[in-house]
Amino acid sequence: MRYSALQILKEGLTGNKGWIPAWREPEPKAEYDIVIVGGGGHGLATAYYLAKEFGVTNVAVVEKGWLGSGNIGRNTTIIRSNYLLEGNQPFYEFSLKLWEGLEQDFNYNAMVSQRGILNLIHSDPQRDAFVRRGNAMRLSGADAEILGPDEIRKMCPYLDYDNARFPIQGAIWQPRGGTVRHDAVAWGYARGADCRGVDILQNCEVIGFVMEKGSCHGVETAKGTIRAKKVAVCVAGSSSRVMEKAGMRLPIESHVLQAFVSEGLKPTIPGVITFGAGHFYVSQSDKGGLVFGGDIDGYNTYAQRGNLPVVEDVCEGGMAIMPMIGRARLLRMWGGVMDMSMDGSPFIDKTHIDGLYLNAGWCYGGFKATPASGFCYAHLLATDRPHETATAYRLDRFRRGAPIDEKGHGAQPNLH
Amino acid sequence: MIIDHPLLGPRDAAEFVVKGDASLIGRPDGMTASPEDMHDYMYLRDNTAGEHRELWYHEQGDRSWLVVTRNTLTHEVTKVELARDVARAQGRSR
Repeated sequence: MRYSALQILKEGLTGNKGWIPAWREPEPKAEYDIVIVGGGGHGLATAYYLAKEFGVTNVAVVEKGWLGSGNIGRNTTIIRSNYLLEGNQPFYEFSLKLWEGLEQDFNYNAMVSQRGILNLIHSDPQRDAFVRRGNAMRLSGADAEILGPDEIRKMCPYLDYDNARFPIQGAIWQPRGGTVRHDAVAWGYARGADCRGVDILQNCEVIGFVMEKGSCHGVETAKGTIRAKKVAVCVAGSSSRVMEKAGMRLPIESHVLQAFVSEGLKPTIPGVITFGAGHFYVSQSDKGGLVFGGDIDGYNTYAQRGNLPVVEDVCEGGMAIMPMIGRARLLRMWGGVMDMSMDGSPFIDKTHIDGLYLNAGWCYGGFKATPASGFCYAHLLATDRPHETATAYRLDRFRRGAPIDEKGHGAQPNLH
Repeated sequence: MIIDHPLLGPRDAAEFVVKGDASLIGRPDGMTASPEDMHDYMYLRDNTAGEHRELWYHEQGDRSWLVVTRNTLTHEVTKVELARDVARAQGRSR
């Protein structure tokens, strides 16, 4: 069924009896061309682009819980392409371009809202760094402008401009950045993949891989063995636990990132604002809640909850730039488990095991990457060659001395 | 989380910085280790779900290094040792 205004009108006049479920709940077949492990944003996007762009429809997505039960519904919904390094920025710009056409492409309202992202500058060296970043962004075809305090004042009069420690000297502004309704992304991709023939198998945990003569020929699941020509793992947060079943150790640690929503307030924050002297980012949802977050907690964990010191730290960051939020009450907070990689950048690659592919290591930047991650992974699975924007995301890059380390922190995952 | 420091007693986890897996104590000898061994030491992690031994640094305290045994599924801390004791028990001179 194609969703449209006309369809809503028709259903409205006929008692809304014609709506059908957005995807099927099929039983697993014995064999598929490709089995994708993980029914989150990236896995569903991979299935969608495999079917739509590469014509591979004999595909299953196996998911331990329910569709989109992981980080696709736990992030702060921000999209942007403001990276610095050559291995990253063209990929994220490709992703932002896919976001821009996404709703028409998969015929689903994902509330893609390009309201702009403002990264505040608080010192002269930071201005230099952001000007350099802005140039790198523009070289990749993205948009970036450096604004002065007067221009920011017009947009956000409530920031603490003359703070003694962190005066706001300017910002880098990407008008095409913004937010997206994150659950709808999973649902839209699921529906788009399902209607092209992809089987989405929920409550179907992978408990092992089918290995024959050193290569991978399928997965053992809670619903029995499913054979496949290629197995594509896409389970950020649990990558190490799943790949351990194939005998692999990964350059990844699992960490928790917390996110917060305030009570609903009148419209006040136009786009996304990030604090440049601490770690705090905030946007306002269409319901009015301030959606914000900061650093990861910093210790290895698989628990989808964090601890109070980070809550305090994030709120202090918010108070430092936006003292007005001190009166707002916190409504909800939650945690998601991140694949923190050794250089802060992801992997989309074949493994050394024939037939086994890995998409992992998204740190806490996975949401904005969802469309490009799915597209590039589908490209790799269909053609066995990396997509031109994802050639740097190789598993052997540390061995080759070619990390993609935006922050320059080295092999310390909790600092990325 | 509360870390029961062997010398100072119970301390708030916020006073500490986490380095990571306690196996990092066993750094291979850079003069004799193969590049492969060095790569695995530097970049690969077990990333265990369950009981995990890890290095914590008491930055806002006595600046000692500790080996904390903690469950990564529940955050329960079951054992705290001085890292120097663990290292010496592994045959390190300091």
